[in-house]
Amino acid sequence: MAGGVMSFDVNAIRAQFPILMREVHGKPLVYFDNAASAQKPQKVIDAMAGAMRHSYANVHRGVHTLANETTEAYEKARRTVQAFLNAAKTEEIVFTKSATAGINLVAAGIGRRLEPGDEIVLSIMEHHANIVPWHLLRERHGAVLKWAGLTDDGSLDMESLEAAIGPKTKVLALTHMSNVLGTIPDVKRAAELAHAAGAEVLIDGCQSAANMTVDVRTIDADYYVFAPHKTYGPTGIGVLYGKYDKLDALPPFEGGGEMIETVTLDNVTYNDPPHRFEAGTPPILEAIGLGAALEWLNGVDREAGHAHKMALYHRALEGLRGVNGLTVHGTSPDKGPVLTFSLEGAHPHDIAQILDRHGVAIRAGHHCAQPLMTHLGVTATARASFALYNTAEEVDSFIEALNRARTMLA
Amino acid sequence: MSTPPPIASIASEIRDEFDFLDDWEARFQHIIDMGKALPPLADADFAEENKVRGCASQVWLIAEPTDDNRINFRGASDAMIVSGLVGILLRLYSGQKAEDISSFEAEQFFADIGVSEALTPQRSNGLTSMLARIRAEAAA
Repeated sequence: MAGGVMSFDVNAIRAQFPILMREVHGKPLVYFDNAASAQKPQKVIDAMAGAMRHSYANVHRGVHTLANETTEAYEKARRTVQAFLNAAKTEEIVFTKSATAGINLVAAGIGRRLEPGDEIVLSIMEHHANIVPWHLLRERHGAVLKWAGLTDDGSLDMESLEAAIGPKTKVLALTHMSNVLGTIPDVKRAAELAHAAGAEVLIDGCQSAANMTVDVRTIDADYYVFAPHKTYGPTGIGVLYGKYDKLDALPPFEGGGEMIETVTLDNVTYNDPPHRFEAGTPPILEAIGLGAALEWLNGVDREAGHAHKMALYHRALEGLRGVNGLTVHGTSPDKGPVLTFSLEGAHPHDIAQILDRHGVAIRAGHHCAQPLMTHLGVTATARASFALYNTAEEVDSFIEALNRARTMLA
Repeated sequence: MSTPPPIASIASEIRDEFDFLDDWEARFQHIIDMGKALPPLADADFAEENKVRGCASQVWLIAEPTDDNRINFRGASDAMIVSGLVGILLRLYSGQKAEDISSFEAEQFFADIGVSEALTPQRSNGLTSMLARIRAEAAA
């Protein structure tokens, strides 16, 4: 069957994504920038448009029918996310404006209890979203950042992680899948090590939520964030999971309506999680879209889907093997469908720009991971990342376009 | 350095070059070739203060005002297509009078030669910031 494996019917998947019908520069769109953001199925578009057409009001604030319907749809999305992550309680799911905002919320809260010299452990393959909020704690509260390194194939170096964790460690903040290398570190083991030292654990699931089944309780993450726009849902909303007692111990991040219990002229008492962290009108339509995206994802054979994406990754890797001067960054045996590479004599920006003319969308840049780029000894790389709707034929178009780019730049 | 022709005549000369090229591949190839032909900068020119930051590619720009109210520019990029576009900007602007630099419509010009994406307002490409810096030098 065309481009598929096992019970997975990629054409049936593709048919649900209207954007895949379009052309770019007169060529069929080949969208390989999925690690940055994924396209949206009709179900998500319909859910959001349908709410706007038929059942929309502000949430938690009215007694009228539309307010009740919208509140129910919004809270239903929270239950869908709870099930998606296998969280113990609905109240453990906070809707933020982005995954980045979720990390900032946790970091700001933890920062208030830090003493100067307290340590935060990160890996050098983190996205800036999971680095800069902790740098803020370094600047504001005198926290010390400690770094776990990588082995030659881009796996997390568990020995350096163990060495970085010590009696002063208060937080381990670690990716569940690198947006550059694709590496999937053993977050469960990492969490064990951190917990043994008395530290809290935040897992950045932005790439993993789109690519694997996530169980926050098996990982034993204290906090887990993900970006719904990478899981075929809308932008404008992020998910923060936190164990209830952990969330309950965090102070509010922003003040406003909905997050309070009582307000007087002299005093404020705060609402319980998750509402304590959802000041102001939340991303209502986005939550509805997110719920639809996860329901859509739940309807896909995810194991077969993952095998399909990895088959595309390996096909692309195979196609690149013949290319002289090619370096693939990240060859860990435990990795997701992300192919990051450098081509000698061809800048990633040039490659991406020429590929665009062939209708092929890939990412070029530092991928918001400058410490990792420094470690790899490059300023930028090119990245192709695969989603459920991509096909083997698209991989072949990508390789062909890459060979054209190489000839032009030679 | 001798005084260059007016920007408008340089622009029309470049437009003519591109008119001969009938598909994007030929246009890109021409830009790449101009990038390769760009005179290299000295090591000292790659100083931090000359760097125009981009996400995917970097651009360096050096502005040198002359005694007769003109500005000479030199520049480079680490990416080849951007180098070619830098070359076009330098050809247009270097040695021109500040008021001519300020009034030239570069966005329309790049659209005319079939690379309108060259100046899209996105952070990946240092060229937009480079043009802003050229214009700032002219306005100073």
